[in-house]
Amino acid sequence: MDKNIRFIQGNEVCVEGALYAGLDFFAGYPITPSTEIAEHLSSRLPRKGGKFIQMEDEIASMCAIIGASLTGKKVMTATSGPGFSLKQEALGYAIMTEIPCVIVNVQRGGPSTGLPTSVAQGDVMQARWGTHGDHAMIVLTASNHQDVFAITVEAFNLAETYRTPVVLLFDEVVGHMREKLVIPEPGVIPLVERLHTSVKDGVDYHPYLPREDGRLPMSDFGGVHRYNVTGLFHDMWGFPSSKPEIVQGLHRHLVDKIRNNVNQIMRYKEYYLDDAECVLISYGSSARSALHVVEQRRPRGERLGLLELQTLWPFPYQMIKDKCKHAKYVLVVEMNAGQVLRAVKRAVGDPERVFLANRVDGVFITPTDIRNILRIIMGKGA
Amino acid sequence: MAIKDYIRERFFPHLWCPGCGHGIVMNGMLHAIEKLGMSRNEIVMVSGIGCSSRISCYVDFHTLHTIHGRALAFATGVKLGLPELNVIVPMGDGDALAIGGNHFIHAARRNIDITAIVMNNRVYGMTGGQFSPLSGYGTKATTAPYKNIDHDFDIAQLAMAAGASFVARTTAYHVKQMTDIIRKAILHEGFSVVEILTQCPTYFGRKNKLGDAAEMMEWFKDFTTPIGSKAKKENDDLIERGIFVQKEIPEYCEEYDKIIEHAMKGS
Amino acid sequence: MERCRMVFSGSGGQGVITAAIVLAEAAVLHEGLMAVQSQAYGPEARGGATRSDIIIADETINFPKVLQPNVLVCLTQEAYNKFYTIIRPGGTLITDTRYVKTQRKADALQKEIPMFETVMDTIGKPIVFNICMLGTLLAITEIIQPDSVMKVLETRIPSGFLDMNREALGLGMQLGAKYK
Repeated sequence: MDKNIRFIQGNEVCVEGALYAGLDFFAGYPITPSTEIAEHLSSRLPRKGGKFIQMEDEIASMCAIIGASLTGKKVMTATSGPGFSLKQEALGYAIMTEIPCVIVNVQRGGPSTGLPTSVAQGDVMQARWGTHGDHAMIVLTASNHQDVFAITVEAFNLAETYRTPVVLLFDEVVGHMREKLVIPEPGVIPLVERLHTSVKDGVDYHPYLPREDGRLPMSDFGGVHRYNVTGLFHDMWGFPSSKPEIVQGLHRHLVDKIRNNVNQIMRYKEYYLDDAECVLISYGSSARSALHVVEQRRPRGERLGLLELQTLWPFPYQMIKDKCKHAKYVLVVEMNAGQVLRAVKRAVGDPERVFLANRVDGVFITPTDIRNILRIIMGKGA
Repeated sequence: MAIKDYIRERFFPHLWCPGCGHGIVMNGMLHAIEKLGMSRNEIVMVSGIGCSSRISCYVDFHTLHTIHGRALAFATGVKLGLPELNVIVPMGDGDALAIGGNHFIHAARRNIDITAIVMNNRVYGMTGGQFSPLSGYGTKATTAPYKNIDHDFDIAQLAMAAGASFVARTTAYHVKQMTDIIRKAILHEGFSVVEILTQCPTYFGRKNKLGDAAEMMEWFKDFTTPIGSKAKKENDDLIERGIFVQKEIPEYCEEYDKIIEHAMKGS
Repeated sequence: MERCRMVFSGSGGQGVITAAIVLAEAAVLHEGLMAVQSQAYGPEARGGATRSDIIIADETINFPKVLQPNVLVCLTQEAYNKFYTIIRPGGTLITDTRYVKTQRKADALQKEIPMFETVMDTIGKPIVFNICMLGTLLAITEIIQPDSVMKVLETRIPSGFLDMNREALGLGMQLGAKYK
């Protein structure tokens, strides 16, 4: 037996991915269906000298990881629906102060307490726009354990590269199911480590003055450079400022550093798109049902293809437009009322060929659900 | 190191009103730090939102000016991330005990080595004079135009009940005591709470006809007394000053280090 | 191999979910197969009928849930009443005689087996009822080797309890062989 093979839940895969990426600090609060992440990390982190803390609430967990990140640690918190709502203000703080951190949201049915133990994908728009004010976000997802592992590592890498919070938007089905995972040997997936400033002691360090490539080298708390971190608009010293040119400049920087790098941040998988007459677009666990339909129908000569999104935000509008160029139909498969559907309609230009196969009743969307919609679209009757 | 060297003069003038007690507290805190001979690089100051929280912007330490009420939660992450750092958290009464009340009691319960300084001016100053949980019954504020019917609570008693291992109270008038208490609080290994009664002549003073800053400070002199004093026995309305509790109990980061040691042995 | 879709059902505490995990893990770790296991969560999992889905195949499994199992195991009456209708026509329905009285004929090979009774008569410990069930299932379906299951159990349970589990698995195998 290969020692790197595991048969574990998706939530535990996320833990493995985070540890592979170099996680050393986790703060969390119990909530279904993400709790297993906290449980496993409470055991795993101290074994490698890392730290786990169960905070008094969801907000405190988000704040604690931001604090720890400033001491040079790779940090993560995990939550679900209601907890994700509670974290939004502090998440915005991490955006504004450009502090790398990873937030896992194992989605469940909402709004409110909703369906704690059932599957849903209703937080796609919240992940994008949950915190107040204009901002950019990186939100990633995955549909199977090998990809959950890789995308978790990717989340840490992107958080460091762009100095921003990255949201991992998983769902109850992927989080709770068990399947095979092969853990790559160390070094197989490259890691992005914290970019530290090369400015020497005694020389002015500008914590919020981006380099030419847009990156902002950091200096850990406790180091030789002392600076201010604030959620107020701030100048290159990190000191509060409401000067219009400073506000405008920081605003542009925060949005552009992500928006101008859509192609670098974009992760997706495609199946049979070359000749697809109907392109299914899906993500997370829904993509498993979509792929099931595609694989099953292909041998019968139905030209179906699947575009599986792993980067949900920034939304890859251009890529989707290109991939759907020759498709007669585009079918978005998701477990919400059409959150990605709307973005896809914007992307493809002629929205009348875009359709939705969804479920919002807490039941995992089945291949039959998708086939029924396909039959209607293709004019074969209900 | 001279007191001046602990200040970021570059960012002055500060935003506090004339007569505000926050500058006095900052001064007392910096004197305590100077007396301890601490290097600027070993101090992290974490604050939330409010007039008092702006202290962190003006001092030349590693400073983290966060969101309303959550300073102690951020500070917990910083401290656990690098326990060798000294973490000081200045907060206002609304910041620490209304929106941040939950973090306050839980930081105390964990006994994590953080120095919490609650600057109690009994009002929300930054937003323009609304009543805070410390305003007290019968006071007036912009959101209590008739009178405040909310009761206040005793910060020191709350902190002790929640498990803080160092709890003290002083005022903006008693500057020498303030410096001494803050020095002891920073030295203390565990969660320490220092409540400092401080004046807001602009809002609390004006709304409640307490006079100018000097008169408000006179009040601190006249209506407070050392813990267990004879005066207190004679007049129970007097507010006690001094150190209420100072005890050695296991500190959170040290306890976690033991967890790490234990976990590493097991793997 | 033919893709095998299974549902194990019973009540909390019978070890139904553990049995499902052990089986699927054994298939993946020790037989090089693919497997997906999932289970019902929440209040419904705390009382009433618990359920775990397992799919074992030699190729990628996309849709992870079982809608129509080829093999359905019901260890309580409530589980049987709730789930017997979902069996795939021609599938195998295994029930325990101590707990389940089958009522209607399902379009399936119905196997009513005294697993609980045998465990109690021979070992006397209800805790290994689920492992006996696994043995029975392995004998009937031949989906993986019992050795693979033992290898997983060795990593999951204290060594002092291994012999009892091995005995229960063997007991199940013998029992299953009779009902094959």
